[in-house]
Amino acid sequence: MDDTPVLELTDLRVRFDSPDGPVEAVRGVSLHVARGETVAVVGESGSGKSQMMMGAMGLLAANGCADGSARYHGRELVGMPKTALDRIRGRHVTMIFQEPMTSLDPLYRIERQIAEPLMVHGRLSRRAARARALELLELVQIPRAAARMQAYPHELSGGQRQRVMIAMALANDPDLLIADEPTTALDVTIQAEILSLLADLQQRLGMAILFITHDLGIVEAFADRVYVMRAGRMVEEGATAQVFAAPARTYTRMLLDAEPEGRKAPVDASAPVLLAGQNVNVTFGGGVGGFLTPETPELKAVQDVSLTLQRGQTLGIVGESGSGKSTLGRALLRLLPSTGRIQFEGTEISVLDRRAMRPHRKQLQMVFQDPYGSLSPRLTVGEIVTEGLLVHAPEIGAEERDAAAVRALQEVDLDPAVRNRFPHEFSGGQRQRIAIARALVLTPDVIVLDEPTSALDRSVQKQVIALLRDLQTRHGMSYLFISHDLSVVQAISDSVMVMKDGCIVEAGPTAEVFSTPRTDYTRRLMRAAFDLSAVLAERAA
Amino acid sequence: MTDAAAPGPQTVSRSLWATAWLRLRRNRAAMVSLWVLGFYILAGIFGPMISPHNHATVYREFVKVPASLTAYPRPDAILPQAERVLSRARLTLDEIALDGETLRIEASSSREIDPRVTRYLDRSNLFSNARITETSPDGTRVVMEADVARVHFLFGTDANGRDLLARTLISVRISLMIGALATAVALVIGVAYGATAGYLGGRIDTLMMRFVDILYALPFIFFVILLVVFFGRNVILMFIAVGAVEWLDMARIVRGQTISLRRREFVQAADALGVGSGGILRRHIIPNTLGPVIVYVTLLIPKVILLESFLSFLGLGVQEPLTSLGVLISEGAKDMRGAPYMLFYPSLALTILLFALNFLGDGLRDALDPKDR
Repeated sequence: MDDTPVLELTDLRVRFDSPDGPVEAVRGVSLHVARGETVAVVGESGSGKSQMMMGAMGLLAANGCADGSARYHGRELVGMPKTALDRIRGRHVTMIFQEPMTSLDPLYRIERQIAEPLMVHGRLSRRAARARALELLELVQIPRAAARMQAYPHELSGGQRQRVMIAMALANDPDLLIADEPTTALDVTIQAEILSLLADLQQRLGMAILFITHDLGIVEAFADRVYVMRAGRMVEEGATAQVFAAPARTYTRMLLDAEPEGRKAPVDASAPVLLAGQNVNVTFGGGVGGFLTPETPELKAVQDVSLTLQRGQTLGIVGESGSGKSTLGRALLRLLPSTGRIQFEGTEISVLDRRAMRPHRKQLQMVFQDPYGSLSPRLTVGEIVTEGLLVHAPEIGAEERDAAAVRALQEVDLDPAVRNRFPHEFSGGQRQRIAIARALVLTPDVIVLDEPTSALDRSVQKQVIALLRDLQTRHGMSYLFISHDLSVVQAISDSVMVMKDGCIVEAGPTAEVFSTPRTDYTRRLMRAAFDLSAVLAERAA
Repeated sequence: MTDAAAPGPQTVSRSLWATAWLRLRRNRAAMVSLWVLGFYILAGIFGPMISPHNHATVYREFVKVPASLTAYPRPDAILPQAERVLSRARLTLDEIALDGETLRIEASSSREIDPRVTRYLDRSNLFSNARITETSPDGTRVVMEADVARVHFLFGTDANGRDLLARTLISVRISLMIGALATAVALVIGVAYGATAGYLGGRIDTLMMRFVDILYALPFIFFVILLVVFFGRNVILMFIAVGAVEWLDMARIVRGQTISLRRREFVQAADALGVGSGGILRRHIIPNTLGPVIVYVTLLIPKVILLESFLSFLGLGVQEPLTSLGVLISEGAKDMRGAPYMLFYPSLALTILLFALNFLGDGLRDALDPKDR
C-alpha cells in the first residue's frame, strides 16, 4: 500500500464574486486525509468549512471559483475537466449532506435512487443493480429493507432517509466519504444511531471519512484527527484527544467551552400560576370529506397534556421531533385550535376567538426556531421589532415607537443603529436577538421559546442562553422553553417535561429528572445527548 | 416598491430590492432592454407631438409611397408636371431647375406673357406661391419661381396616404397605454384576490379559486365580443376589461406564493403578536409576493400588447384614425407584396418592444431569484 493520502488539500482558496467585489470564503487551507482515517473539520457557521469541500470537489455555485491544490491519490482535482471529475466524484469520493429530505429526489422510489447510479457508474445490469441496492439497504440497517425499496422518500423518517443517503454514497465502494453535517437535522438518538452506523461501516469497508461539523461532541466521540477552522483559515490541527485535552488556541478553547452552563433555581412554590393547561388535545385532520374538501386522516399531535407555569418559572419541554412539543406550545398560545382548558392569569382563554384573544397576545409572546424564517424579509429591523406596538399600542406615534425599538434592541445587546437595516444582513445569532427584542417590546409575562437556539452555533447558543436568563431576572418573565437539546434545557429551565408521541412521559424539577430519569425513553435521550462516546463504543463492541 | 436603501451608520445597508437592482445592472441584455423601453416610452409620449406629420393627415398624392430618406415629390415627378402646366399655359420651357423646395423656371413665348400665367402653376396641387421674379424688357421671357411642398416619409405612407412614421408613433403610444392599463387592472385585482384567497384558505379559498376556474373556461373572444356589443368600441373600457380577464393568472401566482408564505414563521410570528389579517396581508404577505409578481407583470405587458394586436387584427380593437401596432401590421399584411414597408416598420417596432419587455422580464426573474443570491 502506498502512503499517498486519499485527499490532500494544499493552500486551497475559494472566492465568490459578489456585487461588492470578491469575497474570500476559504483563504488557503491545507489538510490531508489518510487511508481509512476519520478526520473532522470543525468550525462555526460561515467559517468556510463546507465551501472548502465544495471547492475541492468542483461543486461551487456559479459565482465561485477555487484555486490552490486538491489532490485525490495524487491527482489534481482543481481545474480537472468535469467529465474526469465525474469519474471520481460519486464513485471514489462520495458526499452526504445535512438535509436528507432535499438530497433525495421526491419523485423516485428508493430502489431507483440507489440502483440508477449503480447502473450508470458501475455498469451493472438492472437485476444486479437491484440486488446490490437491497444489499446496501441491509448494510445501512434499514428495517424491512426489501419492503422499503418500493417506498418514496417522504414515507421514510429523517434518520432512514439519511441511511438511504449513506447507502447511495457507499454504492460504488468509495475510499473517501465526505459527510457535511450529516446529523445536524436529526434528533440526538437518531444522531447516535447514524454515527455508530458510520463508525461500523468504516471498520468493515475501510474507507476514510472526512466529517464536517460544528458539534464538538460528535468530533470527540468519532474522529481520529481534527482540524479547527475559522474565517476561512485552519487555526489548529491535531489528534482529537490531544486537541480536546490541551487546545493550543483560544478560539478552540472557546469552542470547547461553549457548552451552555449554569443552572436555574426553582421558583417559590407560592408564586402565582400564570398559564395553565388542562387536558389539552390537538388533533390535525380528521375532516370528513365534503363537497369541496377532501377527507383527511386524523392525527393526534397532543394528547391530554396538563401543565402549569408559575411567574418567573422556566418550564423546559423536551422530546424528539414529532413528539408534539412545538404543537403544544402553539396550542397554549391559541395559535392552533385545541380542546381542553387553557387559562391565563385565571382567564379562560381557550374559549376566546381571534379578536377577543388579541388583548391577551400582548402578555403571551413567542420566539421561533428559525431566525432566518421568522423575520419578515422586506421590513427593516425597526419595523419588525415595533410591529406589536402597532397592534397593542396604536395610540403612540412613530417617534415613540422608534424610541421603544431603541430600548428593545439595547436590551438584547444590539446596536440600536441597526434598526434601519434589513434582516438578511444579520447573522443567525443576531437575528434571534432581534426576534427576542420583538417579543420583549410588549413587556410580556410569558414567552414561549420554540427551539430558539437549535439553529445556532454552540458559542452563539451560549450567548443567547445567557441573554435569556439575564432578561428573565430583570423582567420576571416566565418561559416555556421547547427544545430537543438537553444540555440547553438543563442550563435554563427549573422544571422539565419530557414528551413522546404527544403525551407527557415524565415531568418534574430539572435537577431531579436529569439525575434520576424514571422512564426508559428519558434515559435514552440523556445517554444520546451527554454520553455519545459511550453509546458509540457500546455499538462498536 | 420599497426602495429604502437606508444607509446604516457603519456599512451600507442594502434592501433586497437594491441587491436585485445591482444584479440586474450586470445583466447586459436587461439593461439594453431597459434603455430601449425608456426610448419607447419617450417616443410614445413625445413622438406624435414632434413628428412633422399628423397621424390623421391624408396626402392624396402620396398613396402607398415607399419608405425613403429623400423627400416627396421626387424631381422626376415634379419636372414633367411643371412641363405639363407650362404647355397648358402655352409657354415654351427654356430652363427648369429644382433647388430644394423652390422650382425655378425660365420660359418664353412668342407673345408678351401675362403675369397671371402663374395661376396655372398655383392650380396644380404640387406648386404654391408661384411668382414672377424677372421679366425680359420685351415681355416675352419670364423667370418664374414656385414653392414646392416637399415632405419626407421615412416609413412611407399607407393606403390612404397617411405618414407611416406618425402612425407608428401614435400606435406605440396606444399599445404601451393599453399594456400599462390592462396590466395595472390585472395587477390590482389579481394581487388582492390571490392574496386573500391564499391567506384565508380553507373553504373560502376553494370557492374563490373555483370561481377563477369558471372564468378561465369562458372563451375569451366571445367575452370580448359581448363587451363590444354592450359598451360599443371604447378602447379604454375594453382594455380595462382585458385586464379584468388577465388577472386570473396573476391571482393564481399570488395565491400560490401566499400559501407558501402563510406557513412561514414570520407570518406566524405576526399572528402571535396579534396582528390582524389585513395587517398580515399588507405588511408581510403582499410585499413578499412582489418579486414574482413584478416578473409576471413584465411578461404580461407584451402579452396584452399582442392580444390587442390580435383583437385589432380581427377588427375589434381601436378605431380610426387612431391606430395600434396590431392594426398597422394587419393593414401591412394585406399588401405584403405591393408595399412590404407597410408591414416591415410596424412589425419591427413591435418585435423590438416585445424583445425588450421579455429580456427585461427574464433579467428581473434572475435578479429577484433568492436562490442565486
